[in-house]
Amino acid sequence: MKFRLLSLYPDQMNIYADRGNIIFLRNRCLWRGIEFELTACGLGERFEPSGHEMLYIGGGQDRDQRTVAGDLVETKREAIGECLAGGTVMLAVCGGYQLLGESYESGSDQIGGLGLVDLKTVRGDGPRLIGPVAIETDLDGSRRMLAGFENHGGLTWLGPQAEPLGRVIAGHGNNGSDGFEGVRSGNLIGTYLHGPLLPKNAWLADHLIETGLKNAYGEDVELRPLEDGLETAAHRVALAAAISGR
Amino acid sequence: MIRTKVAAARWIGRLSRATGRGGGTTLPGRVLLKLDPDAIDKLGASLRNGSTVISATNGKTTTAAMLAAILRAAGREPVHNRAGSNMTWGVATALLEQRGDEGLFEVDEAWLPEVAERLRPKTILLANLFRDQLDRYGETEALADAWVEMAGALADSTSFVLNADDPLIADIGRHTGPSTTYFGIDDDGRAVTELQHASEAKQCRVCGEPLLYERAFVGHLGHYSCPACGLARPEPDLSATEVKLLGMDGLKATIETATGSHSLDLPLPGLYNLYNALAAIATAQAIGIPPGDSVAALSRMKAVFGRAERIRIGPSELSILLIKNPAGANEVLRTLELEEGPLTLWFALNDNIADGRDISWVWDADFELLSGHVGNVVCSGTRAAEMALRLKYAGWPEQDLTVVRDIDRSLEVVLEDGPERVFALPTYTALLELRELLADQDSATRYWQS
Repeated sequence: MKFRLLSLYPDQMNIYADRGNIIFLRNRCLWRGIEFELTACGLGERFEPSGHEMLYIGGGQDRDQRTVAGDLVETKREAIGECLAGGTVMLAVCGGYQLLGESYESGSDQIGGLGLVDLKTVRGDGPRLIGPVAIETDLDGSRRMLAGFENHGGLTWLGPQAEPLGRVIAGHGNNGSDGFEGVRSGNLIGTYLHGPLLPKNAWLADHLIETGLKNAYGEDVELRPLEDGLETAAHRVALAAAISGR
Repeated sequence: MIRTKVAAARWIGRLSRATGRGGGTTLPGRVLLKLDPDAIDKLGASLRNGSTVISATNGKTTTAAMLAAILRAAGREPVHNRAGSNMTWGVATALLEQRGDEGLFEVDEAWLPEVAERLRPKTILLANLFRDQLDRYGETEALADAWVEMAGALADSTSFVLNADDPLIADIGRHTGPSTTYFGIDDDGRAVTELQHASEAKQCRVCGEPLLYERAFVGHLGHYSCPACGLARPEPDLSATEVKLLGMDGLKATIETATGSHSLDLPLPGLYNLYNALAAIATAQAIGIPPGDSVAALSRMKAVFGRAERIRIGPSELSILLIKNPAGANEVLRTLELEEGPLTLWFALNDNIADGRDISWVWDADFELLSGHVGNVVCSGTRAAEMALRLKYAGWPEQDLTVVRDIDRSLEVVLEDGPERVFALPTYTALLELRELLADQDSATRYWQS
């Protein structure tokens, strides 16, 4: 089996150590004897929609995000749409998450997004929403916790067609007021839990790998459990940091 | 009026030290600024020969200590916030408690514009901007924008010393006055050909197109140009050539200036310390000290606490190397790569406010560099588990990784078998905790008394 990951704009959308997610996925595939293949797709480049188990896009600085937004719509929207229709897994983090929606509004400035999910983002007047987060989600059928860190100026509002990734237990989430965090739609996940969120949530990494492989190789795919002592400890400490507000 | 307020704040400082409540390196300044928000302006104006201000993401404390050593060798005793307390209250405390004709202040990146506006320094050194504590400082580009604005406002009155090799810093030179000097490294042999993945400044600050790097030395510091608009790295007035890295023992280099060349023998390790030395020598020149004198003073320099300091504990020698962001950590890792392995390592990763609550950065640092070169590894601090996890995913053998959250206990564990050498890599607040512990054990003196 082979897990093929396509990383979108790794040179621009990497502000919060997004490569931690990729390192994490890679090792967890290799340790199970699953081949891992990483391809990058940058500014101005196009990609074939077939042959990817997962797409990843991270967060970027304001200037980079603006550059990427235009390019994304122009050169990659169709291929991403085809991938998602075919059941490819996608994880979009922070700035990448914002770009999934219709638009990003900042004052009189409006950046068009991919329009793949019913959500929009507006730059708030208040301070950035920064701090540790804990959310509860039923992504894999049972109630699970996700721990992470958020740092965003944009406030995201889900439309009636969109389903949130989870409910905020501690932290701000999409907009600091409606109690929801992230978005999910089929095998697509968008979230403000930025940068290396998979190392803090090994179960989510495995969920993404398994879902991607099932889509390619059939429902029989089952991941072998790994020795996860450190992973579990890191998850617990990250959750505690958010919940205790320490 | 300022005199009464100064007296009150000084008294608080003595009280806070007498009662053992903290080092008294910030409290008097905080009190003074409460009593008189313009105290820095007033006390700063009383420094007869003006002030020199240093800011950067990495190397502020070391560079300031280097410059202080150079000044001292020249018989000049500056008012200096030497304990590394570098926000307004730290500057105010130094101004309160020390007397002198000139000031030497390291200033936090985010506080720099305000402090500079108040102090109106004669000279400002801007050494580098790296990705650091995004939860506190925000984006690097936004910080660079704020510095550009400050430089424009001070262009008529302040001399700037800038790092030619950092495009974010060199760009500020488009807004400064005529007395701007540049420093940089000119040694092809020391360069890496590819930019590190967490590099800043991939785009030209003038036109936004991607920069072309001919070589990079530390992170995004290197030789760059913009093929689109023709922007080029400024020609440095002071540069280092023939660089030889000697692991933890330090480095040798030739310092080239307009008036001649000098052999630098620096007892501090790594290219990042070469940048610190260049910055100090260039700044010293801007305030009247010939480079030859600075080079001589630096060759006699001892490490600043936590910046490559070595301490003996029983049979073991502890080398302390502060890590706090990817670029700085990578330079520490590159230095350790030159040491004979397997290395005994002690990490302390804290997520207190002064460290940055967000520890994402450990995933951007290249711990992979040392896989296969490490022996016993102990991880401590509030986020010890994620530190160990990062190392596991960098290919370090999991059976060599021990997690002991408590810093005190973890030190005992790493020193248990009396290893000859231990490399200690703490984040900022963990370094302070380590210092307290070592002071209790009498193995070192308190840093604010030095």
